[in-house]
Amino acid sequence: MRHLLSIADLSKIEALSILNTAETLSRVSDGPMKKLPTLRGRTIVNLFAEDSTRTRISFEAAAKRLSADVINFSAKGSSVSKGESLKDTAQTLQAMGADAVIIRHSASGAAQTLADNQWMSGSVINAGDGTHEHPSQALLDAFTIRKHLGHDGDDLTGIRVAIIGDILHSRVARSNVLLLTMLGAHVTLVAPPTLLPVGVESWPVTISYDFDQVIESVDAVMMLRIQLERMSEMFFPNAREYSRYFGLNKDRLAKMKANAIVLHPGPMNRGLEITADSADSARSVILEQVTNGVSVRMAILYLLLAGSQELEFSL
Amino acid sequence: MTEKYLIQGGVLANGTQSDVAIADGVITQVGGTLDASGYTVINARGSIVLPGLVDLHTHLREPGKEDAETVLSGSKAAAKGGFVAISAMANTTPVADTAGVVEQVFRLGQEAGLVDVFPIGAVTQGLLGENLSDIGAMADSAARVRIFSDDGNCVSDPLVMRRALEYVKKFDAVIAQHAQEPRLTRGAQMNEGLVSSQIGLKGWPAIAEEAIIARDILLADHVQARLHICHVTTAGGVEIIRWAKSRGMSVTAEVTPHHLLLTDELARSYNPIYKVNPPLRTEKDVMALREALADGTIDIVATDHAPHATETKECEWQEASFGMLGLETALSIVNLTMIQSGLTDWSTIATRMSATPAAIGRYVNHGKDISVGNPGHVTVINPTATYRVDRDLVASKSRNTPFHGTELPGVVGATFYNGALTYRAGA
Repeated sequence: MRHLLSIADLSKIEALSILNTAETLSRVSDGPMKKLPTLRGRTIVNLFAEDSTRTRISFEAAAKRLSADVINFSAKGSSVSKGESLKDTAQTLQAMGADAVIIRHSASGAAQTLADNQWMSGSVINAGDGTHEHPSQALLDAFTIRKHLGHDGDDLTGIRVAIIGDILHSRVARSNVLLLTMLGAHVTLVAPPTLLPVGVESWPVTISYDFDQVIESVDAVMMLRIQLERMSEMFFPNAREYSRYFGLNKDRLAKMKANAIVLHPGPMNRGLEITADSADSARSVILEQVTNGVSVRMAILYLLLAGSQELEFSL
Repeated sequence: MTEKYLIQGGVLANGTQSDVAIADGVITQVGGTLDASGYTVINARGSIVLPGLVDLHTHLREPGKEDAETVLSGSKAAAKGGFVAISAMANTTPVADTAGVVEQVFRLGQEAGLVDVFPIGAVTQGLLGENLSDIGAMADSAARVRIFSDDGNCVSDPLVMRRALEYVKKFDAVIAQHAQEPRLTRGAQMNEGLVSSQIGLKGWPAIAEEAIIARDILLADHVQARLHICHVTTAGGVEIIRWAKSRGMSVTAEVTPHHLLLTDELARSYNPIYKVNPPLRTEKDVMALREALADGTIDIVATDHAPHATETKECEWQEASFGMLGLETALSIVNLTMIQSGLTDWSTIATRMSATPAAIGRYVNHGKDISVGNPGHVTVINPTATYRVDRDLVASKSRNTPFHGTELPGVVGATFYNGALTYRAGA
């Protein structure tokens, strides 16, 4: 594995290896000394051409816990809008000796474009590209689901997950559909018909327009953030109606299976796709997702950059 | 005294083996074996001798983007591809919406002297789709414009389209429509389908093309005007045009070489070399287009040659420009997809790439068959020889060919324009 661009590039063995490595590394984060020397002297660049504080600081924390040097290249207002091309940015980072670039970009495929061209030699990690994929998010979601509903080292066979919301524009949904189904989970996508991609019937998932029919039978619900501008684009009539059909609220929470959990990739629109009491309920694992995100991203950096180095450290 | 040429040992589009002599700008002899003395001999053994090719859809970028292409460099690319006439689209800077601009482009073409460059006039001022451009002034200018198009932009307002269709009847001209419903394609990046959904690029539904084709066919029929549909890409569009022709309606249509071969699967690479407007569609569409070109539902091949400077293709897909080079590889792609596939013969290709485009554009000096007395517009192609496309060796100023590194069958051996040898392979 040289880059992490898409879940589609991973084999099941590689995906499980990331989760299992994250499991081991999570013990570092739990311990008194939260730092490993593994990536000392390596330079990792956070190239964020789109706002995303939480993903950026999660990767930053992960890199620092592995002792890497982290450069934050907040390219919002830089790259495209300032007229500097991705190529020039990449060549600049190469000249500075970046060993890896973590890229968040509003253009689908930007991470792959960076990896496919010879502009830089380091590893490329996709931290979300347009409406395409967000692989590290899916990995941390799978990690969190496994922790609650599965077993260490296992895949997710038999676990039923519903993903609710704007599937059409969601990179989180695309990565999760690929990863969760690869790991054996059964995925149901719940959305208004306007927010499902053309041809979604060919995906290895079940489709539903009716959240209430789905919620009683699933082990995990993953609520997606709904962008308010979707209303002006007429994907649905108004926020009230969206919440009524597709929001997670107390009534729906009460219908869930005993051990079922609630996930949300954040940032949440409280009151729109999820009510405050749902977000803060005992079923919610939303903050755990944040914690697990650091471990999973440590595992990604570790496996990409430390390569065959033995994973050994004292606990 | 201009040089006299003897094209020796080739086969005409109708299948007969025949030498062809060219002198003083015209075809002077056509026959089995001609006496070569006094002639410069062009060996055409194993080759097909076609009437010079005519392209109705070419972007030359001059004036405005001379770093991407000029009338001269585009003319060289055209000659290399076997063309003797090309049609310069109106989306230059400034837009070709006045007599001044079309005369400038026409004159640059004459100065280059490698092909006839027939400017296409904008339908509306600034390609904005609101007010008609100086249609009469362009039609009556030295450039004698007979095709009007806002290509790149669709004339989406039905009233503007109706008026344009009606008005150009006065000049026996035609409106060439870029069929793309703008509201259904805002921000669109590629064909809407399984691939766009998976890779997260905004989709461009086939219906956005088909709805305009259907509307304009009905409009043109209502006002009894000529309509030409640019670059048809969908199986559904083909069906609508087939229906219209079966009703005797006056519509013609073109297909590009790239839409005869490439599909939206290529977008999975996110390599913007495959980003083009209209977008690459599916295998089913490609097959429907080939059938339609063979049976005449689609009348002609047009290249939509669209040169772009390197930096506009060396970037993220959604930032990249739409378009690909076409002139130099067009005949090879047609050979591959239409001849080698067994769908049609060279006689049909001569019609689709020379006679019919000349007729649609009213290019009276073009599209004539290889007969004594006709203009010396001749293209020689060896259909079985192959070559590897190299973007660093193209005649165009730009390098955005989607076929870089591909081995293609069909090597243009020589091109004659008004009796002059404008391109010779290996020369």
